[in-house]
Order: sequence, then C-alpha cells, then structure tokens
Amino acid sequence: MKIFFTKVPDPIIRLVIVFGVFFGVILFVRGFVIPKELKEKGIHRTSAIERELASEIHYAGSGICAECHDEEYDLKNEGYHQKLSCEVCHGPAMEHTEEPDDFTPPAPRQRKFCPECHTYNPSRPTGFPQINPVAHNPLRPCIDCHNPHDPKPLTVPRECSACHAQIAITKAGSHHVMLECTVCHDTPDEHKSTPRLIRAGKPVKRDLCASCHDKDSGVKEVPKIDVYTHGEKYVCWQCHSPHMPEVNHE
Amino acid sequence: MNRRNFVSLLSQLLVFLPFGGTFGAFLKSADKSLTAEAVTGQRYAMGIQISECIGCGRCVVACKTENNVPRKPFFFRTWVERYIIKKDDEVIVQSKDGGVGAFTETVKEKDILRSFFVPKLCNHCDNPPCAQVCPVGATFQTVEGIVLVDENRCIGCSYCIQACPYGARYMHPEKHTADKCTLCYHRIKKGMLPACVEVCPMQARVFGDLNSGASPLARLKRMKNISVLKPGLNTKPKVFYTDLDGEVR
Repeated sequence: MKIFFTKVPDPIIRLVIVFGVFFGVILFVRGFVIPKELKEKGIHRTSAIERELASEIHYAGSGICAECHDEEYDLKNEGYHQKLSCEVCHGPAMEHTEEPDDFTPPAPRQRKFCPECHTYNPSRPTGFPQINPVAHNPLRPCIDCHNPHDPKPLTVPRECSACHAQIAITKAGSHHVMLECTVCHDTPDEHKSTPRLIRAGKPVKRDLCASCHDKDSGVKEVPKIDVYTHGEKYVCWQCHSPHMPEVNHE
Repeated sequence: MNRRNFVSLLSQLLVFLPFGGTFGAFLKSADKSLTAEAVTGQRYAMGIQISECIGCGRCVVACKTENNVPRKPFFFRTWVERYIIKKDDEVIVQSKDGGVGAFTETVKEKDILRSFFVPKLCNHCDNPPCAQVCPVGATFQTVEGIVLVDENRCIGCSYCIQACPYGARYMHPEKHTADKCTLCYHRIKKGMLPACVEVCPMQARVFGDLNSGASPLARLKRMKNISVLKPGLNTKPKVFYTDLDGEVR
C-alpha cells in the first residue's frame, strides 16, 4: 500500500483531494441545503399544490345552511331570490358552520344594502327589478316592506310600468297614451313571475295596426293608409315605433 | 488495447446510438399518466353570461375575502368592467374599485347607445404566455388545466404581469410575488364552487368541468353563442363569455 502511494505523484494526490472536497460540497448542498421542492422536475409542483389546497375556506356554500335553517332556505328557494346563495347577503359563514354559537353571520338590515343590486343603472339588464333609492320610500329600511327571503312587490304588479317604466314614460307622451299595453302585447300570466323566461309577445301580423290605421277602418281621427300594400315585407313596428308614433305633420 | 483497436471498438459501438433515443422515449412513456389524466380527468373552466350580470361587485368582494387579496384597489383576482357605448360611438370602460360597491353613473342616459358589465378574471389559458416568460418556472399548469403560481419559486420580476394579455395578474404588495386567480383551487378540489360563482346573485358565472358533458359549463357551451377574449392571440383561454359585445377588449 505504501509503495502505491509513493508511486502516485504528489500533485495528483492534491488534485484528488481538491476534487473530493469539491464534489463533497456539491453533494452536501444538493442533499441538505437545497429544499426538496426545488429539485422536482415535473410540471406538477406537489408542494405548491399542497400549499394551495391548505388555504383557508371562508365561504361555506349554501347547501350546508339548509341543515339548520331549513325554513328560511325553503322560503328563499321558492321566491325571486332562489338563485341567491345565503352568503351573498350574510357574508362568509364557514366559521359559523364550525362554531355556530361563537360566530353569527351578520344580517344586513340597513337601507343602504339592497340598493347595491337594486339601484337603477342603465347598464343593468332590462327586467331586473331596479328602483331609484332617492324616490322609493326614502329613509325606510327595505325589510320594512319586503321580506328578503321572499321579496316581492307589495302588490303583484298590475301595471306593466312596474318593470317597464321607461316604455311607460315614453308612451305617456305619445298618441298611443290611451292604449293599454295588452292591446298589442299578449302577456302570459307567467310573465309576471318569470319575466325573462316567459316573454310578452309582439304582433306578428299587420292586422292589429290595420284595425285602426287601415284606410277602410271606421275609426276616426287617426292617420290612415292602405296597410296591406304599404311598406312591403315589414311588420308595422319594425319601421314605426308604436310607443312613440310619429307626430302628425299636417 | 492499442489505439487502432480502441477506435475500431468505438465505431462499432456507434451502431447502438439510435437505441438511446428509443430508450429515452420509453422513459417518457412511463410518464404517460400525466397526459392521460389531462384527457380523461377534470378540466375546470368558467363561463360568464354577460346578459345576466348586474354589476353588483359581489364576486369581487367574495374573491378578496376568500383568497385574502389586499383590500386596497388595484389588487384584483377578479374584477368587473362597465362598458358604455355612446351614441357617438365613443366607448367608455370603467372599473372603479374593480366594481366593488356597484357603479355610479357618469354618462347621461340619453347619450348611451348600449351598456353592459363584463366580469373578468384569469383565463387559465391552455397556452399561457405568463408561464412561457417566467424565468424561474414559478408559473405552471396543473393537470386540471389551472394556471398557478408557486410563490416559493417566484422571484417577483413581474415579467408575467407584463406578458398577460388580459391583465389578470398583480404584484402582491406583502409577499412581493406575482398573484392571480387560482379558480379557487382549494375549494373546487373539495367539490365546492369558486367563491365568485358561489355568491353571484344572477348566476351569471358558471363553473364546471369541460370534460364532463353534464356539467353546467358544458351545457352552457352547447346552448349559447360562446366567445373568448382576444382569440387571435392563440392563448386558448378557458373563460367562455356569452353575448360578448365586439367592443370588449
């Protein structure tokens, strides 16, 4: 053995020691210093995914509310607010499902809460119930009149203007002011409860307009024309706005 | 072994060179479980019905609560934009506070031609540009197709924020790492809905699995006219809009 070492030249031994230390340090750093997750090669970072999965849940989901609050839940599910999850108004309630007595989710009773959704805004879809909070019973909390779990207008809307206020205002200033909406539109009863699903109809033929405006009709003091030859293939309301018919220029 | 024999042996060994590729391919095929899962497993995505959105901003609040997003404006994982197209064809896009506390009027109603709300969030692209530009590979896609950020790897260089064509990312002011929508990964893996979908009062947001024909999202995609944002960029986004106006950018 001793003969072997004497045979190996000194510089080589030093080199081997240097390299040995070098690789030793590399192995140590790789084995113990670099965290395990940085050595994963795949695209699926198990550690990152685990961290993500461990995040706290705040919103419990409305299904679990029904286990205790079945009365309110059933009431809500039959009314206009059936699409709403409980936590839309009551806020995140995961804590409440774990410790029902220690944490009670808030029930917003102030007037400023409901208008966040129900204030009139021209960008909102037509048919969505909207009010002007300044004019609509000022200062009274909404829940005085409307049960938030089963909200409805105090009376079933008799007037179309309850929802179609814009059209009602236009019509009020027009020659058609005396005509009820239902003269031209057929309105199934379901349109009142599910207005966007069951829609009101529009006249598909010219007969309706013709009953007053045709040259042979007996009605007096209305503009008349040969309805069945005038305007080619179009239905009357495609060119004339029935809610605001043109002013008579004569 | 003399030099001549050595060179001759080496050249004979060259015959085996092509087998190296075969061996590599064999190793890769062992990893096939990944691609198989991507086809048969879940592929989560979101649908948004613009004609239903009332712009109440509940989704934005819920997202901030659920994911501990900083409350200050400018930090959003999801936000709502209000588009107003005026009669003179001018297009106004507003997103004050991301839509929290609803939108107050700024344009006279008689000047408005049409107007609507557009909720936005990370599109969880199939070709995510944010993942491409990340110099440390901190952004990655899960097998479900969700784009996530590994906050332990992220060095906070903001390249991904610049690269995202949808502006869906922000720099977290405390962690100093990029942050974005995770599609509520911690919720959906437990069978719950994402927080924004949970609280949407109009159910304008629809969540589901694209690989399941019965999911609400698959139904939405069958029944409605679907568009995505900036399809020309070939990012293959997975947030599907119905009734999307051509003015929406």
